[in-house]
Amino acid sequence: MATATASGAAGPKLNHIGLPIVEYRGGKSTLCAGCGHNAISERIIDAMFEMGVEPERVMKMSGIGCSSKSPAYFMNRSFSFNSVHGRMPSITTGAVLANSTMKALGISGDGDTASIGMGQFVHLLRRNLPMIYIIEDNGVYGLTKGQFSATADIGSRLKTGVINDLPPIDTCALAIQLGATFVGRSFSGDKKQLLSMLKAAIAHKGTVLLDVISPCVTFNDHEGSTKSYKFLQDHDEPINEVGFVASFDDIEVDYDSGQVYDVEMHDGSQLRLRKLLEDYDPTDKANAVRTLMEAQEKDEILTGVFYIDTQKPTFLDQLNMVDEPLATLPESLTRPPKSALESLMANLQ
Amino acid sequence: MVAWYPITPSTSLIEATTDLLKKFRVTPEGKATFAVVQAEDELAAIGMVLGAGWAGARAMTSTSGPGISLMAEFSGLGYYAEIPGVIFDVQRTGPSTGMPTRTQQSDLLSTAFLSHGDTRHPVLLPGSMKECFEFGYAAFDLAERMQTPVFVLTDLDLGMNNWMSEQFVYPEKPLDRGKVLTAEELEKLGSFSRYRDVDGDAIGWRTLPGTAHPKAAYFTRGSGHNDAAGYTERPEEYQAVMERLARKFERARTMVPAPVEYRNGKAKIGFLAYGSTDFALRESLDQIEKEHGLSADYMRIRAFPFAHEIHDFVASHERVYVVEQNRDAQMASLLKLDLAAEQVVKLRSILHYNGLPIDARTITEEFRTKEGL
Ligand SMILES: Cc1ncc(C[n+]2csc(CCOP(=O)(O)OP(=O)(O)O)c2C)c(N)n1
Ligand code: SF4
Ligand SMILES: [Mg+2]
Repeated sequence: MATATASGAAGPKLNHIGLPIVEYRGGKSTLCAGCGHNAISERIIDAMFEMGVEPERVMKMSGIGCSSKSPAYFMNRSFSFNSVHGRMPSITTGAVLANSTMKALGISGDGDTASIGMGQFVHLLRRNLPMIYIIEDNGVYGLTKGQFSATADIGSRLKTGVINDLPPIDTCALAIQLGATFVGRSFSGDKKQLLSMLKAAIAHKGTVLLDVISPCVTFNDHEGSTKSYKFLQDHDEPINEVGFVASFDDIEVDYDSGQVYDVEMHDGSQLRLRKLLEDYDPTDKANAVRTLMEAQEKDEILTGVFYIDTQKPTFLDQLNMVDEPLATLPESLTRPPKSALESLMANLQ
Repeated sequence: MVAWYPITPSTSLIEATTDLLKKFRVTPEGKATFAVVQAEDELAAIGMVLGAGWAGARAMTSTSGPGISLMAEFSGLGYYAEIPGVIFDVQRTGPSTGMPTRTQQSDLLSTAFLSHGDTRHPVLLPGSMKECFEFGYAAFDLAERMQTPVFVLTDLDLGMNNWMSEQFVYPEKPLDRGKVLTAEELEKLGSFSRYRDVDGDAIGWRTLPGTAHPKAAYFTRGSGHNDAAGYTERPEEYQAVMERLARKFERARTMVPAPVEYRNGKAKIGFLAYGSTDFALRESLDQIEKEHGLSADYMRIRAFPFAHEIHDFVASHERVYVVEQNRDAQMASLLKLDLAAEQVVKLRSILHYNGLPIDARTITEEFRTKEGL
């Protein structure tokens, strides 16, 4: 079972590594009440708790924005790096290469990712670096007071009356095309779906890209916005129902296999995608991209797991690195012997 | 960890490094104890360096002028959040794209103060092949000890041309990995504050991600922070960190490679130079002595911030010629910021910046004109 109860009736619920959920909490949020980002932080806390991830094994990485501030509001026991605007991917790449035994969780915004950070974002995707990349997507730059971002839909209107007439960048379609190996979209208001997706993301080895629509209550939650709570409630079209059974949970077989796409995850857990869109195959890249593009034309916001590949080598595999962290290799492994220098010198004579 | 983006004339450095890593940094099982990443640009290259440095690995990048410009924002983050990393700048002719296959020493000011705000970085200035090797590993020790990005400036002449060199000497000292707290040490202490000056050396203790202790984590940020790494906008907390950073930089005067005094015969005239200017200047000093019967003293600067010996050298001469390979007298300008007003007036500049390596005759002639000989 995933959880056990501490002895004594009043004891808090403990997860399978014996920690109560408070050990996964962070500082008090300074974001606006009702901001979607806060709900995502809550789900991250739940997912990490339920998966029994050791907080000290997690690196929380971010860029700049309201979204990028949120790592301060969950998992205080985890190491955190709030870097510069749009550059979370490179910071995370370096950190993971230095210590590949850590779980990297990157939090970014739609501005942080799809405008200033686009260069680093697409190259991260190509490398399939093991990390979870979450875009807290509100269609605007929350921190700088609500300008449109590059994920805003055509026709979406700001409170000031400005209408967006440039096409949105679909970060999920990009991620699938460029090499991320777990790609999905969710909504901060859909607790159940987001939690299952986060848990599966934790179990995945490779780049996970989750675009989580996360309404900005202050600048983009009004009539005319396509990233408001109301709009999402009306237009959210789940492509599959996401179920997740952790490796340490009992696996019950009680489903109609024809309707469920079952994925065996790297750590032995199961991702169960109950098909809502007829015959959707989340391992078919071209179809996944086509489905997303068609949905965009129909003004539908598809959510769910769009694409998964559990076999593709990661960047670490490609670099053929030792399993131990480079950060703490002993000097005997990092400084070649005197004879090495002597032979080099001799060759130059 | 090496992250880089190709640019002349720094590519040779990375290519040679990669060859050596493949040769000497592979375990018997055939696994790499290193990672080399060709990044998408220099912003990403230095980002990877800082990410790796933060997580505890020694990390470097190598670039030239245009790449340095792109690294500006991240360099400030490295300075303020106190993250080690080494940036090699094989200088070429600027400004802008300039003359990529010609040499210059014109990135001194831009690297010393790279980034906005009150930012400054140690800059090492090797003057020979042997020093390029020695400063290579000294830079990593310094970066980890000081917890800051360190720049190593060579130039196209040193970085790409073939040189005769003295034998490199195997380092006897173990690596200095700086002030890193282990879980056991933390357990004994009970807690720690990332940016608190507990030892009076202006350098805090850091923990590495993964340190197995519930109090090991801290929040790294480039925004205003107090000594516990917490977000702050309080004037006194912000200022306390900035003042400590200034003290730390001040201490670096004695931590960077000391200058080399070639001649100090208590002559009236002294020369200061750095990097690849050394060879031409030494030849020029011989010419000056032979042709004008004048013996001058010479000190070679090997790093910024300036060691006290450099101040003493200027103080003990009537006139001091600063010889360098750029138009704007960048080293002289940097010295002027550091020297007392009555010393500043002693400085004269001999400049060479046409893209070709400086030669002895140019220095001698310029000196002759300036001295009215
Ligand atoms: C180099 C640079 N340019 C501009 C800014 C100003 N800035 C801070 S956050 C931000 C946009 C954030 O938008 P997003 O990533 O969508 O985050 P949100 O606040 O919406 O969560 C901008 C433009 C900056 N911090 N750095
Ligand atoms: S401005 Fe918008 S994005 Fe920022 S905290 Fe407030 S609601 Fe959230
Ligand atoms: Mg946003």
